Amino acid sequence: MLSIKNLHASIEDKEILRGINLEVKPGEVHAIMGPNGSGKSTLSSVLAGREEFEVTQGSAEFDGKDLLDLAPEERAKEGLFLAFQYPVEIPGVSNINFLKTAINEKREYNSQEPVTAKEFLGMVKEKSALVELDSKLANRSVNEGFSGGEKKRNEIFQMAMLEPKLAILDETDSGLDIDALRIVANGVNKLKSPNNATIVITHYQRLLDYIVPDFVHVLYNGRIVKSGTKELALELEEKGYDWIKEEINA
Amino acid sequence: MIAELTKKDILLESLSQLDFSGEPEFAQELRASAKNALTNLELPTSKTEYWKYTRIGKIINKTYAAQETVGTEKIDLPDLLIPNLDANIVVIENGFFRADLSTIESQEGFKITSLKEAIKNEDGFIKSHLGAIAKSENEIFIALNTLTFTDGVYFDLDKNVIANKPTHIINVITNSNLITNTRTIVKAHDSASVKIIESFVNIGGENSFSNNVSEFFLNPNSNIEYNKIQDKKEESYVISTDQAYQRADTTFTINTATFNGTIVRNNLNIEVDASNCETNLNGLYLGQNKDHIDNHTVVDHKKPHCNSNEVYKGVLDDESTGVFNGKVFVRQDAQITNAFQQNNNILLTDTANVNSKPELEIYADDVKCSHGSTTGQIDEEAIFYLQSRGISKKGALKLMINAFAKDALEGITIEALQDYIDKKIEERFTK
Repeated sequence: MLSIKNLHASIEDKEILRGINLEVKPGEVHAIMGPNGSGKSTLSSVLAGREEFEVTQGSAEFDGKDLLDLAPEERAKEGLFLAFQYPVEIPGVSNINFLKTAINEKREYNSQEPVTAKEFLGMVKEKSALVELDSKLANRSVNEGFSGGEKKRNEIFQMAMLEPKLAILDETDSGLDIDALRIVANGVNKLKSPNNATIVITHYQRLLDYIVPDFVHVLYNGRIVKSGTKELALELEEKGYDWIKEEINA
Repeated sequence: MIAELTKKDILLESLSQLDFSGEPEFAQELRASAKNALTNLELPTSKTEYWKYTRIGKIINKTYAAQETVGTEKIDLPDLLIPNLDANIVVIENGFFRADLSTIESQEGFKITSLKEAIKNEDGFIKSHLGAIAKSENEIFIALNTLTFTDGVYFDLDKNVIANKPTHIINVITNSNLITNTRTIVKAHDSASVKIIESFVNIGGENSFSNNVSEFFLNPNSNIEYNKIQDKKEESYVISTDQAYQRADTTFTINTATFNGTIVRNNLNIEVDASNCETNLNGLYLGQNKDHIDNHTVVDHKKPHCNSNEVYKGVLDDESTGVFNGKVFVRQDAQITNAFQQNNNILLTDTANVNSKPELEIYADDVKCSHGSTTGQIDEEAIFYLQSRGISKKGALKLMINAFAKDALEGITIEALQDYIDKKIEERFTK
């Protein structure tokens, strides 16, 4: 589904990603871990199409298409979803209206009929229940005045509404208390299917107790330096990142 | 020796062919006093504080001609109508009331007539009120209008009359290099209520200069909503002055939407001279190319227990300029006044700019007043967020501008007009 080969990316001439290789297949959950400044968020930004980053080398294919060649909105329409680490507040733009616009643009892109009002309301009801998001929040301006936990739940709510093939959760656990974490993780798990895949970017192993990964990758200095199964995450939790740094630098 | 003609002389010369000699005495006196005022008033320069941010050189360096009589040519009206709006239609073409193109439903106690006709018929209200609040000695462009206005619309509402439907004045220019002076006067008698839309548009007609004046008289418990749509394409210059006088328990709302205009200057002066009044001044201006859009407002609270609300929002693209100067006076007697004023701007380019100057002058001590001004750019992070959900960059920009602009014109209560404006905003940012 996603195939990243030797991906290099920089911002303002500073190289952050220095040759990432990653294969993600349908039905899989990948966790990307790593210390601060290792390039985790840069990777998600580059995949989602943030303009500030320049890809200098390598490729990323998404369902056979050159992902890097697509505008951010085209990537979304192809089925990529990024749950933001810091969801943006957009005063005056209604959460519901913008989602309806987004869903219909995606449907149009895929030559489907626009969603009917009834169908849409049914979706909102079902999906907001999934992440225990107060339906009143769904009607407010995008993230405006939402608490940290509500913002993250809103991200997963949007993900549920847009039904992506590949979801990238960028530090979705940051700033969440244990209950909110459970709710968010629960939402993600319920959306899991053999046809979609998830990349979970996180600092901490804690989230992976709830969203169990098939693969764990350690990002350090812009490269994936170690890959393994969920046990690797536990090892990192126990020993920290230093032993990996030592292994690399040795 | 022949003295060199000043710009003012040249401007007056372009209007000198207009013949008002057939008018009744009261009108001739009014025009004579305007002429007299003009000898003492000079055209503003950059040193004139009131005009500091708006240079009128472009306007006064051109030569214009005035149309002397009412036209007879057909106009393609459907293009100028607001879809789904059930309204009386009044057409003012090149400064003249086109009765033949207007459709006015008759209503007991409510007359919409040509101002020129009302003057000719020596209407009692016109006789006593024309020029009573738009005073020539205060401003050169009021004097110019009073001296040379060719026609306009007179709204006459009797006691307790609520207009059955809104009236849409289509103030259209169809010739190039034309100077027009039109005048609107609205009399809302006790407990009367009326909604008016005036759109300033053109069909062809480049390099024209319109100088319009409106006077609104609100008797106790009356209500006027005046919606001004400024949408002149090509090179065009507009100076527009609206004067309102509010008596007790009245509501006056003026909504100004400016979509186009090389130079647009709006002067709003609202005198709130009794208690329990509400005044709403709202504006939306979308500048593009080298447009220069200037809104100057004054609300003068003279008596206690009144509210005024003012929201002006601007989106400035290309090399356009916006100017906002809002002044609120709260006089010593005007206790328990609530006055709110807000101006927000979005600059879409590095070459667009805004001069914003909210002002409060408070002489009473038990009041609630606030004012604020912001100027910024579209939040790029928000655009990316929307894009990442599958909305195009243009679509995202449109969503955000709509959200920004929305509350500026919430005071419009005519749904078809709301839709029309929403559509105009949408069109602008889909190009």
